Amino acid sequence: MCRLALKSATKPFSPYSVLTAMEAMQEGYDGSGLGLLLRGLDFDDFNYRNRPRNQYPILSGIAHTEGALKRLNLLMEDWGYKLKYDHEFAVNFSMIEAKDRSKYFVRVYKTPDHWAYFDQQNMEDELLKTRLDLRKNGEENGGDLTVFSFWPDVAMIKEVGWPLEIGKALGLNDNRLKARVVMAQGRQNTNYGINLYACHPFFIQGVATMTNGENTAFVPIKELLTGMHSPGYIGYQSDSEVFAHILHYVIRQLKLPLETYKHVITPLKTEELNMHPQGDFLKGLRNVCRRMIIDGPNCVIGSLPDETCFMVQDHKKLRPGTVGGKKGEWAMASEMCGVDAMIPDRDRSLDFQPMRENTIIIPPDRKEMKIWSQFDPYPLPQVA
Amino acid sequence: MVSIRSIPSTPSSLTHLDLQWIIKHREDRCTLCGRCTSVCPKEAIFLTYRRQRMPKLDILKKKRSSEYRTFTGIRQRTEPANRCIGCGMCATVCPNEAIGPEPNPNDPRVRMLQNHQGEAWKRGGRRNFRETLLDRIIFNRISMLTDPALDAGRHEFQLNTLLGRVLSPEEYLRRKATGEWIPPVREVFPFIIGSMSFGALSPNMWLGLLQGVAYCNEVLGIPVVMATGEGGCPPWVLKSPYLKYIILQIASGYFGWDEIIRAIPDMQCDPAAIEIKYGQGAKPGDGGLLMWFKVSKLIARLRGVPEGVDLPSPPVHQTLYSIEESVMKMIQSLSMAWGFRVPVYPKISGSTSAKSVLNNLVRNPYASALLIDGVDGGTGAAYNVSMDAMGHPIASNLRECYLDLVAQGKQNEIPIFAAGGVGKNGNVTQNGLGLIMLGASGVHIGKYIMQSASGCLGSEQNRCNVCNIGICPKGITSQNPKLYRRLDPDQVAERVADTFMAISTEMKKILAPLGRSQSLPIGMSDAIGIDDADAAERLQIKYIC
Repeated sequence: MCRLALKSATKPFSPYSVLTAMEAMQEGYDGSGLGLLLRGLDFDDFNYRNRPRNQYPILSGIAHTEGALKRLNLLMEDWGYKLKYDHEFAVNFSMIEAKDRSKYFVRVYKTPDHWAYFDQQNMEDELLKTRLDLRKNGEENGGDLTVFSFWPDVAMIKEVGWPLEIGKALGLNDNRLKARVVMAQGRQNTNYGINLYACHPFFIQGVATMTNGENTAFVPIKELLTGMHSPGYIGYQSDSEVFAHILHYVIRQLKLPLETYKHVITPLKTEELNMHPQGDFLKGLRNVCRRMIIDGPNCVIGSLPDETCFMVQDHKKLRPGTVGGKKGEWAMASEMCGVDAMIPDRDRSLDFQPMRENTIIIPPDRKEMKIWSQFDPYPLPQVA
Repeated sequence: MVSIRSIPSTPSSLTHLDLQWIIKHREDRCTLCGRCTSVCPKEAIFLTYRRQRMPKLDILKKKRSSEYRTFTGIRQRTEPANRCIGCGMCATVCPNEAIGPEPNPNDPRVRMLQNHQGEAWKRGGRRNFRETLLDRIIFNRISMLTDPALDAGRHEFQLNTLLGRVLSPEEYLRRKATGEWIPPVREVFPFIIGSMSFGALSPNMWLGLLQGVAYCNEVLGIPVVMATGEGGCPPWVLKSPYLKYIILQIASGYFGWDEIIRAIPDMQCDPAAIEIKYGQGAKPGDGGLLMWFKVSKLIARLRGVPEGVDLPSPPVHQTLYSIEESVMKMIQSLSMAWGFRVPVYPKISGSTSAKSVLNNLVRNPYASALLIDGVDGGTGAAYNVSMDAMGHPIASNLRECYLDLVAQGKQNEIPIFAAGGVGKNGNVTQNGLGLIMLGASGVHIGKYIMQSASGCLGSEQNRCNVCNIGICPKGITSQNPKLYRRLDPDQVAERVADTFMAISTEMKKILAPLGRSQSLPIGMSDAIGIDDADAAERLQIKYIC
């Protein structure tokens, strides 16, 4: 089963420290891939943090050939983006298993000038469209261009191989790139082919999740999401990609609070909802979102644009994920030893393993972990 | 030319070897009690004197001769009207296993003669076709590695389905915020007892089913519902708290609806749903038929008709303008009758035009579901040709309708229910879950529940299948008290409970290895496969061999 680790800290840290935590959990993955997502970025040689982020999205991906990189440059220029910073990874290509890699890019762009008249929604939709257009372009050219994310303050890296090896190969241990939130996944390949897009975390419009376990309700959920014909609800090389899209749908399309996610993917039973203060609303919500009910065992770890982090799982999870930490520094991992590796000096007695009804939320202020239960009153009473 | 009469042969004459069922009688075991002849619903056998030659050989006198013995024996009638139907009641009552029907391995010529006086062959029962594709769909996405199979005996499973129109999440939130109407939705067990009317079924059978359904709901916690079929519902049921387990059917004859409408003010609860029958899988394009044999005093009163007349419903609902208008108006009127608190859905027969009906319903905000009844559905009475040769198998019909909804992103909004041949060879849970994984939200079972709960003798070999003429030897489909007293409603109820408990267990035994427990796996087409490449391609599932 895949291994997951997330660390969130007020002070930016190197993603390499999270990869070492992955090493602690290494029994669980087979080296079929690593996925990394960084938020709250801090570049050693570029002042990103003081810029208006909305105007400076970051494009992450891999150009597999020089030609693809040139095409990328031309396309971005055509669309009016100006390249402001190109993070140069100190890559040791000999340590990378795959041979068709030309450049790993994490680039800061300035949005086109005419976007000044766009509202937030427009801008975010344009960013998504750009990413999808680039991905499509890569696919049309024999897969020579892979794009993971294009979003303010988010960088992503995905590669096939052992996590720590990849970290070393990309020089992530050189402290030139730091972040306040790092999500990492060591992949255990299940029944879908090894594919870069199949590595977690999955990302769409600022929303990111990673999951372990197999989602046996994958096909009906995929059919539902595809049928929405919503831009970005594509891919599904992994059965876990639907978790990110469901979260995106719940909080961005339906505009419901994060707590709703758990009610959608693993709703309470009828007899439990009959006792719930907002049971009537939640029963209706369960019905209308019935096709998004997952069937795990799955542990989902995610993060939102405001750097909120969370963990949920269904009650079939025999070995639940763990959340632990201290004020200003929190870790979530699919195994307890992963949390130990990330934050060894915490009070372990305060660790929490969310079971069937819980969502653990680490708010952006990182002061404490919020343990929310589905049996608690729904946080948006005016909707319910 | 005048025909000779020395050989008793007419165009219609048959011997017992020409019949589909041949009575085998063992004289050496027979005690001449006469039970078989009196129980036979077709009077196909009779006691008669027979003569037997006894060869006599006197060796000492070197003489050969014959003696004749006269004895009382059983003889089978050969007139088509009295042909043996293979029900086996003679064997049931025989104390000595001396008698019983056997299928005739030769071509039974009687089939060509079942049109006397110009009457085409009418019968009840089923299609007489044993094969079903549903038995070949098996479940092969077994959780093995990262997602271990579940424990069917100990794990908690959500097996129920939704009956009713489900809004899109956006629309639900909008209506909730503005306080607008939210369509009614019922949480029910996905195996529903399909429409069999009070009239088609005997009062004891109906009572047994109802008791069993109530027991499943109130004691076992399995929310089974049953549909009435066309013919109304006894007033004591309409005014009882058990009405919530009943789907009331309205069909083109509107039989029984005077009683129902009059009872609305006295109803203690709403019915589970209203089913508008536009078609039936067993006899597509044909209306319901209750033959005069079964229109007893009670049935006549319930349906508001004279006793002893045939009750053929028209093939379509009467409409002023168009079928679309009729569907819309009927759904709306019936929703209104119960204050928009009851799901209303149409039932159609499987047809290549099912998709257009479905798309019509998608645009009708009051339509709650669609029930498609495939060619293997059963009936109480129909023309043989309609049953055998008309209709559409359910699997591909359902699948193309479901995929059409998927393409529109509407698969959660209009649930499709499937019927017709579920459990025809006894594999009810396999067939039902196969259809659910092809996209059905649930299935209706009629023939299976009759066989399982009340011991119906019908089979795909044209055994019995005389539900139409009120002589059901088990008392299931008869309105004759002498016959239906044979059926104890309490025992039927017990068998209904047994059946649904077993289906529920079997569902878990299928879902647990697939790693599914959180919701009914509607449309989980990656879990199933079939050993027929063409069928796999048509159904868009895996071909396995």
